[in-house]
Amino acid sequence: MNEPNLISLPPTPVAQSVSPENPTGAPDLPPPAPSAIRKFLNSKSSGRVPDGAFRGLMFVCALSIFLIVLLILFVLISSSKLSIHTFGFKFFTGTTWDPVSGDFGALPFIYGTVVSSLLAVAMAVPLALLVAIFLLEICPQFLRGPISFLTELLAAIPSVVYGLWGVFVLVPIIRDQAGPVLEKYLGWTGFFVEPNFGVGMFAASVILAIMIFPVISSISRDVMRVVPPSQREAALALGATRWEMIRISILRNSRIGIVGSVILGLGRALGETLAVTMVIGNHPDIMKNLFAPAYTLSSVIANEFTEATGDLYLSALIEIGLALFLVTIVVNAIARLLVWAVTRNNSAVAH
Amino acid sequence: MGVDIRVENLNAWYGTTQSLWDINLNIPANKATALIGPSGCGKSTFVRCLNRMHETNPIARAEGVVRMGDIDIYKDASPVEIRRRIGMVFQRPNPFPTMSIYDNVASGLKLNGFRKKRVLDEVVEKSLKSAALWEEVKDSLHKKSGASLSGGQQQRLCIARALAVDPEVLLMDEPASALDPVSTAKIEDLIFKLKSQYTIVIVTHNMQQAARVAENTGFFLTGKLVEFAPTTKIFTNPSDKRTEDYITGRFG
Repeated sequence: MNEPNLISLPPTPVAQSVSPENPTGAPDLPPPAPSAIRKFLNSKSSGRVPDGAFRGLMFVCALSIFLIVLLILFVLISSSKLSIHTFGFKFFTGTTWDPVSGDFGALPFIYGTVVSSLLAVAMAVPLALLVAIFLLEICPQFLRGPISFLTELLAAIPSVVYGLWGVFVLVPIIRDQAGPVLEKYLGWTGFFVEPNFGVGMFAASVILAIMIFPVISSISRDVMRVVPPSQREAALALGATRWEMIRISILRNSRIGIVGSVILGLGRALGETLAVTMVIGNHPDIMKNLFAPAYTLSSVIANEFTEATGDLYLSALIEIGLALFLVTIVVNAIARLLVWAVTRNNSAVAH
Repeated sequence: MGVDIRVENLNAWYGTTQSLWDINLNIPANKATALIGPSGCGKSTFVRCLNRMHETNPIARAEGVVRMGDIDIYKDASPVEIRRRIGMVFQRPNPFPTMSIYDNVASGLKLNGFRKKRVLDEVVEKSLKSAALWEEVKDSLHKKSGASLSGGQQQRLCIARALAVDPEVLLMDEPASALDPVSTAKIEDLIFKLKSQYTIVIVTHNMQQAARVAENTGFFLTGKLVEFAPTTKIFTNPSDKRTEDYITGRFG
């Protein structure tokens, strides 16, 4: 029935070749006309050129990160040359900040930045993790949406609003209500003693803790959410209580992501300027007492940059910026080192 | 030693969909019992009701009486207490990836506050030997993670983890369906050895597997227990037409 068709088609040279399927070399049936899908796919290019171009573009973007960091470092160093030459390394260990006599030391600011940020992280992390766990494991469905929405809303509030809230709500509370209680029960540690004006290191840390809480909470929640259900079942089937299940299958499996969220929060705390400036008291002292006023690297730049008279003063402020840059790098490096030290002996964390 | 399980009028739901209908079944102690049936017939739901894993799904619920020995597991105990006595092995191996092999096996005991190092060492060795994994991992107990093993080894690790808490019943939900034939054979050997000490309930899609390891077999269809009888009877002379159709491959 197909014969007339066969004859009318031109003979194909391939059909004559000997192949494993056709060892006699007898004429094969002509191949059927390619389908529309096959024709379409065959007409597509190999993609080598666009893939290559895209790869190049991504490479340039990735390299630009190095370039930006180096440029910032270069600008900071070149603009603070005068201060670097005048004080040398003593700039980072000096404790006086006296624009009038031209004596500049950054240690109180470094201390203020590092301590306020670490305290903020110490306060925010437990709270953020508990909220994340609550939302994932315990919270009734109808409350889940509102709570996570409000958590994320906290991240969207401008820092000046936090500062205002700090000045008008938080500072009076610390001065009049929380302060006396803390002093009564924790005064013996030396961290909470009079005089307490409300503004100071403690107020700044609390504000920072509230500000970084949403970042830590929502990222660690996302990390915990992707722990496979089979891991929960593994723990539950062994007779784990809910808390034990959370500990061994959820927190343990997501710990690297949680540390990542803490590092992000820490980064935000280190660089936060305005809200801190409004509540920290702006006094460059290194005091054990957390009620005492302090100062941070970013606050001093914000406060004094516009009124910096003289080249040395300006140069010293820019070197403060350099110090902030270095502090951020060092703190991040230490955090990553800690993660590495904890997970090093555990081949388990390979993925 | 294992205990028997008696199930009376067990019904289970996912949301509004009923997935088990009036199951009545006596699972004898220290024997292997196989549950067979097509996908979605409720056999997994059934074993998950036995250790109250079913209710960990927020929309799931179960009603009925399940007795293990002389306790009613839905009335006389909390789910946590029940699961300490009934071990479970899942379809896909689920070792804890961030724990070493040793810690995986010890996890059930450590979880319950057991801290004596010397006893833990013994239990880990004994459990891994029972699960026929000891020879393959004894040199890397602390060095390798549970996730670094092959699929078959991971499943045996999960069996060792379940055995370490000395359960009275071992539930296995298609324990070999994600494994190659060699690993499957090892798991089956294991079930054969273990059933003298534990009551074993094994869900399987593989009828030869049921025939090889189990004394009794139950056939589930659309959420109902169609037939429960000694394995030889189920496979040679089933009393229900639907069982015969299923085992001869006429459907399912």
